[in-house]
Amino acid sequence: MAESVVNAEGPDGQHGGGDATRRDFIHIAAGAAAVGAGVMVAWPLINQMNPAADTLALASIEFDLTKVQEGQQVVIKWQGKPVFVRYRTPAEIQKVSAEGAVGSPPQTDVERTKAGHEKYLVVIGSCTHLGCVPTFGTGDFGGWFCPCHGSHYDASGRIRKGPAPLNLVVPNYEYMSDTRVKIG
Amino acid sequence: MSDHESTYVPKTAIERWMDTRLPIIRFGMDYANLPTPRNLNYWWTFGGILALCLMTQIITGIVLAMHYTPNTALAFASVERIMRDVNGGWLIRYVHANGASMFFIAVYLHMLRGLYYGSYKAPREMIWIVGCLIFFLMIATAFLGYVLPWGQMSFWGAEVITNLIGAIPVVGEPILIWLRGGPAIDNATLNRFFSLHYLLPFVIAGCVVLHLWALHAAGQNNPVGILIPKDRQKKDMLPFHPYFTVKDGFAIILFLILFAVFVFYQPNALGHADNYIPANPLQTPAHIVPEWYMLPFYAILRAIPDKFGGVVAMFGAIGVLFVLPWLDTSKVRSMRYRPTMRTCFIIFLFVCFGLGWCGGQLPDAPVVPGMPSFNLFDGQLNSYLWLTRLLTAYYFIFFLVLMPFLGLREKPLPVPATISEPVLPVTEQKG
Amino acid sequence: MISNEKKTVSFRKILVSLTAAVGLVAIAAPAMAAGGAKHPREGNFSFEGPFGTYDQGQLQRGYKVYKEVCASCHGMDLMHFRNLGDKHGPFWNPKYPNPNDNPVVKALAKEAQVPDIDSETGEALMRDATTADKFPNPYPNATAAAAANGGAMPPDLSVMAKARHDGANYIYSLLSGYVTPPAGLKMTSAQHYNPYMAGDLTPFWEGKGHVPPGGFIAMPAPLRAGQVTYDDGTEATVDQMAKDVAAFIAWTSEPKATERKQMGFGVIIFLLLFAGITYASYRRIWKGVAH
Repeated sequence: MAESVVNAEGPDGQHGGGDATRRDFIHIAAGAAAVGAGVMVAWPLINQMNPAADTLALASIEFDLTKVQEGQQVVIKWQGKPVFVRYRTPAEIQKVSAEGAVGSPPQTDVERTKAGHEKYLVVIGSCTHLGCVPTFGTGDFGGWFCPCHGSHYDASGRIRKGPAPLNLVVPNYEYMSDTRVKIG
Repeated sequence: MSDHESTYVPKTAIERWMDTRLPIIRFGMDYANLPTPRNLNYWWTFGGILALCLMTQIITGIVLAMHYTPNTALAFASVERIMRDVNGGWLIRYVHANGASMFFIAVYLHMLRGLYYGSYKAPREMIWIVGCLIFFLMIATAFLGYVLPWGQMSFWGAEVITNLIGAIPVVGEPILIWLRGGPAIDNATLNRFFSLHYLLPFVIAGCVVLHLWALHAAGQNNPVGILIPKDRQKKDMLPFHPYFTVKDGFAIILFLILFAVFVFYQPNALGHADNYIPANPLQTPAHIVPEWYMLPFYAILRAIPDKFGGVVAMFGAIGVLFVLPWLDTSKVRSMRYRPTMRTCFIIFLFVCFGLGWCGGQLPDAPVVPGMPSFNLFDGQLNSYLWLTRLLTAYYFIFFLVLMPFLGLREKPLPVPATISEPVLPVTEQKG
Repeated sequence: MISNEKKTVSFRKILVSLTAAVGLVAIAAPAMAAGGAKHPREGNFSFEGPFGTYDQGQLQRGYKVYKEVCASCHGMDLMHFRNLGDKHGPFWNPKYPNPNDNPVVKALAKEAQVPDIDSETGEALMRDATTADKFPNPYPNATAAAAANGGAMPPDLSVMAKARHDGANYIYSLLSGYVTPPAGLKMTSAQHYNPYMAGDLTPFWEGKGHVPPGGFIAMPAPLRAGQVTYDDGTEATVDQMAKDVAAFIAWTSEPKATERKQMGFGVIIFLLLFAGITYASYRRIWKGVAH
């Protein structure tokens, strides 16, 4: 500090004194700028954990429905999770349609499929209880049964019995053609 | 100072309750009130700057480790994925990469201050020694980190530096294979380097705690270099907060501006272009150089014609710092009052820069192109090899000869009795 | 005003002279680093300097040159089709913040065929690329690339501008700088002379006078005038194509450069203000304290 101020008394912890408001303001402003800087630094450190661009780019996949046999399901991986594509038999469709709105929330089978493509059911294969993959064709309702904690789903993927709180989730998907769906 | 007693009086019931159980508030308040010599100049702000550097490197490093893959087939692409796909990843990586350079700029200036003002002398030897240990760990950490992007310089730097171990007689070769986890630098090496690169910063943080503990025990040095007498403490000292927190804070912001200029406008200026070429074990780059902060030591390594001798000289250049408190025989700390030593020190600084410059050159290249020269032993006199040897000689003479002998022979200028004295105007002093 | 002023100043003097020395060295450094190769010509690119940004039209032209010329031998493994629609990229359209929805990018991806595996049978197949796919690599692996090019693998171009000193200018100069080799240079038919290529031609020089600058490169001159038909009607001279593809590679090497510079401007303004306020606070606190 070239411009040293000489004060024989030395510091006494009090400086100026008369213009307390202005003094406080400059210290508060400096402190606020430091806090602001901290927040600005924190954001990129938090945001880096959000999905990266390459992860987001894989948000959709296409699937050829001719690969599923009647009465069977094919499990495909979408965004790291299993997706069930089930080609239901006429008997199964008739049964789930006749039951009306059941499950949680109560839904009809029509609400869970696309018009004109009722034979195919597309649901995310994660039990809505704690995320296990339910096994195909077992359980009391002919749909799926989750081996982890005993949730029973029907052939429309609706929860009918057990601890799971919700029906199996129907992802966003659309028919590109009669035999091709795009999920996501 | 060592005899600084706690003046903290817990005010509220909660503070009293805490104080008898975990006196952490007392600990913090004692640091805030630490009496600090009022004449500390901006050279004393680098401690705070270094604390910030270490924190920055640890935080950005932990974040980068969330995205980095330590596998020879994937490492290079995973670093570039951070640069491209991870949200704000380019910023975090550039801060980390340039942060290493900033860390070294600050540590060299911090060491330079310690050397000039004799901060290593009694009773502060332990502060200095722990500091040297931190410096050594920093070099190791920086070297390990530079290998991780798995570019050409990463690979060949690792190859050359691990080969130094092989120079040790008899046991060198088995240790080398053990260190690399195979006959060559490969996936095993990369994995262990990643693990150690993650570990060492926390060891450094532990050493920083010791460094501060020792500082608290022995007290701050100051530009005049005298111990402050007990009866002058009230006049010559200021509490650390707010006087030095705000001074350090201001210096930190200035340092951050320099940091930001590199990160945002010259992010690759301190690195080497070859490290953006993926590692190729079958092809060495034409001219391999370490990062700038290691160049002086790299130059010393190459100055010695014998492989093992070079390794000894290089480690000796760092090792000599550890025993510096006992090499310097002068009773005066600050070089302000040691004119002869100051001249030698100025030369020493130029020698360090010169060694850094030589470390980046081809040893056989002429220093002055076209100047006639003759062959001396194994090379032309007009070559970086011989310039490096000359500078290396001075480096060691400075510590091993000048430090002990000048301390005994030179006549220092009169040292003021108090630190306030030089602050007072000349007229007042004379009067 | 300070009794030991002389001493304090001298320490400052040391630093001033040291800074000057370092500065001189830094100025001298590029001249030394250039070595035997010719110093690259200036491309005068739009993205140079602290406020420079990529010229979108140039990036689009550069992509065309890359796709129609370079891509037949060089891979660009770090690039995905979606990147073409990224902010500040060649086909960025503010209407499509998600580049995967950008119709131009989708169409460009669809033109390419990429290898995949049939999810049912596990057999290898080729399918249309999607925006999430990488640019197709002309060779299945490095060995095949080297074998098809007389043992010299064409390097990946993704980060080429960062992997060479003075990257964009270097690429521009190299591509447009092929000249007839000087008489007296011993070379094989697989070698090509380029004055901007790094190397040392001393062992191969039998001519008179100085050893020519530059080195041998395995790649023959890749650009011929009119080789590419630009969509915007720009005349496809060798110089133009070299400049455009150099700009494109500069962008692929550093796609976040514009974002970086813009953020840096804000950060530095903030830090300057922050420094000013803190200095005022510092002066207040130290007011009346001798030191």
